[in-house]
Amino acid sequence: MLTSLHGRRGLQLTLGLLAGILFGFLLQKGGVTKYEVIVGQLLLVDFTVIKVMLSAVVVGMLGVHAMKSLGLVQLHPKPDSLSAGIIGGLIFGIGFAGMGYCPGTLVGAVGNGYLDAIFGGLGVIAGAGVFAAAYARLQKGVLRIAQPKNLTLPEIFGVNRWVVVVPAAVLIVLLLWWMDSSGL
Amino acid sequence: MDFLTEVRWSPYAVGAGIGVLSWLTFLLSDKALGCSTAFARTSGMLGKLFRGRGRIEKNPYYQKFAPVIDWEWMLVLGILIGAAVSALLSGDLDPRWIPPAWEASFGASLAARLAVAFSGGILVGFGSRWAGGCTSGHGISGTMQLTLTSWIMAISIFVGGIAAAMVIYGVPETAGV
Repeated sequence: MLTSLHGRRGLQLTLGLLAGILFGFLLQKGGVTKYEVIVGQLLLVDFTVIKVMLSAVVVGMLGVHAMKSLGLVQLHPKPDSLSAGIIGGLIFGIGFAGMGYCPGTLVGAVGNGYLDAIFGGLGVIAGAGVFAAAYARLQKGVLRIAQPKNLTLPEIFGVNRWVVVVPAAVLIVLLLWWMDSSGL
Repeated sequence: MDFLTEVRWSPYAVGAGIGVLSWLTFLLSDKALGCSTAFARTSGMLGKLFRGRGRIEKNPYYQKFAPVIDWEWMLVLGILIGAAVSALLSGDLDPRWIPPAWEASFGASLAARLAVAFSGGILVGFGSRWAGGCTSGHGISGTMQLTLTSWIMAISIFVGGIAAAMVIYGVPETAGV
């Protein structure tokens, strides 16, 4: 692992900015900085968002797990509970439909000139602030419901990572192929 | 280099690009792509300004996610620049306050659009922090690491989002499924 590189704070902030520039460039080229594309996905008339996400997942997954097997990277699975994923996801989804942007794409939307996203972003900051204020009360109880001992599917099944990666990649590619060939 | 000036790329090419970008962030920065934590840090920065430093420093959430500019905060700043560059190169930079599709459904009231964008944002901010990530941190980075909670969160986003969109905008006659 490139541990010495990871420890250089100034350089890492620059790399973060460069990664963000590439990320924003790609999001805009994909059209997902647009309210119409996001809402079109949620109304199931435009499948761009799912296509972008699943393509990113399949390509990212193969490379990241290959680098992990070679000892070049460590993984960072988020430690959140299953209930947090469900409750947080549902709350997020409702807001997502109204705002028409997500936290990353709203910033790209502002770059695209879509100024309503500024108010969306202020809302996201406010919502995060409300959560932070409630966190002391939530952290010992509801956030921990259904906390898995193992976070990733290979750990949960107790198998080599590739036993999950390969079928998952095949399934995602088949799903994308099916969406494309059925005109979605 | 004509592809740089195209307005839209294939979603598969864009997704593959984001996948390769993920390889680079894991390798070079030991980080996964994610955005919503930067908004939490920003809320702490603003809290320090308006509610006092002590209160924020005592909050256990801001002890976990300190209100500082970090790699992810710079990533989010970069998104603004990258999207603007892409839009400028393709002539797709289009300053406006109300999305045309919104206006067609709900009229030209700026206050109504901004109120819904802001309140939707509150739910997105609160929900992403409840889950511990958003469409990028859980939806792309977490799922590619095969994290169970991330898959569940990503599916929950679309379950909640599709249901809410059908309520807000009505079920379209041309829905693909």
